[in-house]
Amino acid sequence: MGLDLHADSSISTYDNAAEGRDVIPSGTAQRNAPHVARPLAIHVENLSRIYKSRGEKKKKGEQAVPKTLNALDGVDLEVYQGELFGLLGPNGAGKTTLIKILTTLLAPSSGTARVDGLDVVRDSNEVRRRINMVSGGETSGYGILTVRENLWMFSQFYGVTWKDAYARIDELLKIVELEDKKNALVSSLSTGQRQRMNFCRGFVTDPKVMFLDEPTLGLDVHAARIIREFTKDWLQKNPDRTLLLTTHYMAEADELCDRIAIIDHGKVLACDTPANLKRLLQKQPTFEISAAGITERTVAALSSAPGVVGVTALPDPSGASQKLNFILEDESAIGSVVSTLTAHNGSILTLQKNEPTLEDVFIKLVGRSLTAAEPTE
Amino acid sequence: MRKSVGLELFLRGAFARGYPRVFGAHRELSWLFFEIVIPLINISAYVFLYRALNAPEQYVGFVVVGGAMATYWLNVLWMMASQLYWDKQAGLLEIYIMSPASLMSILLGMGVGGLYMSTLRAGAITIIGSLLYNVRFDGSQWGFALLVFVVTMIALYGLGMLLSSVFLMWGREAWQISLALQEPVYFMAGMQFPLSKLFLTIPGVFTLISAAVPVSFGLDAMRQLLFPGQIVGVFAPWIELLILAAMGVVFVTIAFIMLRRMEWLAKVEARLSLRWQ
Repeated sequence: MGLDLHADSSISTYDNAAEGRDVIPSGTAQRNAPHVARPLAIHVENLSRIYKSRGEKKKKGEQAVPKTLNALDGVDLEVYQGELFGLLGPNGAGKTTLIKILTTLLAPSSGTARVDGLDVVRDSNEVRRRINMVSGGETSGYGILTVRENLWMFSQFYGVTWKDAYARIDELLKIVELEDKKNALVSSLSTGQRQRMNFCRGFVTDPKVMFLDEPTLGLDVHAARIIREFTKDWLQKNPDRTLLLTTHYMAEADELCDRIAIIDHGKVLACDTPANLKRLLQKQPTFEISAAGITERTVAALSSAPGVVGVTALPDPSGASQKLNFILEDESAIGSVVSTLTAHNGSILTLQKNEPTLEDVFIKLVGRSLTAAEPTE
Repeated sequence: MRKSVGLELFLRGAFARGYPRVFGAHRELSWLFFEIVIPLINISAYVFLYRALNAPEQYVGFVVVGGAMATYWLNVLWMMASQLYWDKQAGLLEIYIMSPASLMSILLGMGVGGLYMSTLRAGAITIIGSLLYNVRFDGSQWGFALLVFVVTMIALYGLGMLLSSVFLMWGREAWQISLALQEPVYFMAGMQFPLSKLFLTIPGVFTLISAAVPVSFGLDAMRQLLFPGQIVGVFAPWIELLILAAMGVVFVTIAFIMLRRMEWLAKVEARLSLRWQ
C-alpha cells in the first residue's frame, strides 16, 4: 500500500530535472538552475553515528548493561553549492547529530562526510574556516559585554580584521533590527533579541557553508520573519554560499528550501524539492474532518479502515472537537471513513478535501506528525 | 573578507577571549567586596591566631603574601580549569571548538584575562593587608622576586590549561573536583605557613604532591626573597626558580598534547555539547 520511498531515498534535484520534472520551487530558479553543474558543498556517504552510554544497574552487584543508540544509520546526502537545503524530522531523528558531525563537533562512527570538499574528520581545521552554525534557543555570549562587543569577540575566533568585523556587525544588526541595541549589554536583551544577535554571530564571519539548527525556535512571528527574509536574501546575494537548515516548521521549510530531506530514526526517508515531495502524494487524496466524540478507539478504527493510508488526530483548541487528517488510497475511501466514524458515535462537523502539504508527506513517510508526541529515547 | 591564519589568528583568539575578563570585569564591581574583603577576613584570622600564640612577627607577612597568592590558585581552579565545563553549560564550548581558533589560544586568553583580574585582587589584598598589619617587605631583590612570580604564574596557568583539558571530558564532576582541590592545596602549598615546616612533618610522597602545585615553590621562593633571613626555605630561591621553569615547560607541553587528545575523545564520546540531539 502506498509509495515505496525508502527504496531510493536520495533522488537529487538534478536527477529529477533529467526526468523532466518540475524541480525549482518559487523564487529560487536563478540560483538553482538544474542544468548548471555545481560542486557539492556537503557530501555525506554511508554516515553512521552510534551513541553509547553506561546503562543502569538493575540490581545491586549486577553489571550495568551498556546502551547504544543509532542516531544516524547509513545516511547518504548531497547538497550542492548555492542550495538552501532543509532537514526535516522529529526529535531524535538524527538532524542535530548530522549537523554536529558536519560542523566537526562530533566524530562519526563510520562513513564519511565532506564539507566544501574537505573531510570533516581529517581536515577539521580547514572545514572550520569555511563554516558557521547557529542553533535555536542558543544563549551564547557574555552578558557583561555589549551586543557589538560580543559579535566582535566571536568574529576574532575566525581571524576577521577589526575593520571588516565592525562593518559587518553594523550591517547585520541593521538587517535584524537590533541597531539600537548594539551598545546594550547582552544581559539586558530579550530572548528574541538575543536569538537575533546569535543569528548575526553566525553570519558575521561570512561562512561558505552555514548551518542553521532550528533558527526560529521560540521566536515571535516578527522575529522569525526577519530571520527567514535574511536567510533568503543572503543566499540570493551570495550564490556561491550554501545553507543547511533544520526546522520543525513545515511552512518554513516549504517557503525557504530548494530541497528537503526527511529524516527519521537516523535514516533519510526521502530527498527532493518540496514540490516533488508533495507530488508524491497527489494520487492519494487528503481529507480533513472536524468531528466530535472521537476517542482513541475511534482513531485506531479509522486507521485500519479500508482505503486509509494514514490518519492523525489533533484536538481542536476549544477542546470540543478533534481535527482528523486522512491520507486515502483514493477518493472513494472517504465513504468507509464516514461510516467508521458514525459507527463509533463520532459526529462530523466539517469535511473538506485538501491539497497535499509537506506535513502530509511527512506523515506518510514518518508515520506521525511533527507535532505529535515523540517516542522517548 | 580577509581572515587571518596562523599566529595572527592565535593572537586574535587569545585577545578576544581575554577581553570579557579584562574589560568586562570593570563593569561589575561587586567582586571587589567578595574577592578582596573576604580573603582579608581569612588573612586576619591567621594574623590574630599567630599573634595570640606569640609566633614570630614575620609570620604575619607570610600570611599576607600567601593570601595574595591564593587568589591566583582560586582563579586557576575556578576560572581556568573548570571554565570549559561552564562554557559547555552556556553553549560556548561548541562555538569555540567549531571555530578555527585553537583551544590553546582560547585558554591563553582566559589565562591572561584571569591573571589580570587576579593581579588586581592580589595587589589590593597585599596593600591593604600590609597597611593593616604593618608588614615590612625587603625590596632589595625585587627583580628576582618578580622573575619568580612570573615563572610561577606560567607554571600555574600551564597547570590550569592541563586541568582544563582533563575537565573537558567531565561534566558535573569537574565542579566537585575543583571544590575538593581548593582547601587541600591551601594546606599543601603552605599558604598560611612556611612550606619547610610542612616538608619536615609530612611523609615524602606528600611533599611530591605539594611540590607539583607551582604555588608551593613560588610562594616559598618569594617569601625568602621578600623576607630575607626570616624564613628557612625548602630550597634556595634559584633552585626553586629552575624547578618552576621546568614545571612551566612540562605543564604547557602536556596541556597542548592533552587538549588535542581530549578534544578528539570528547568528539568520539559526544561530550562537547549538552544535547545529544
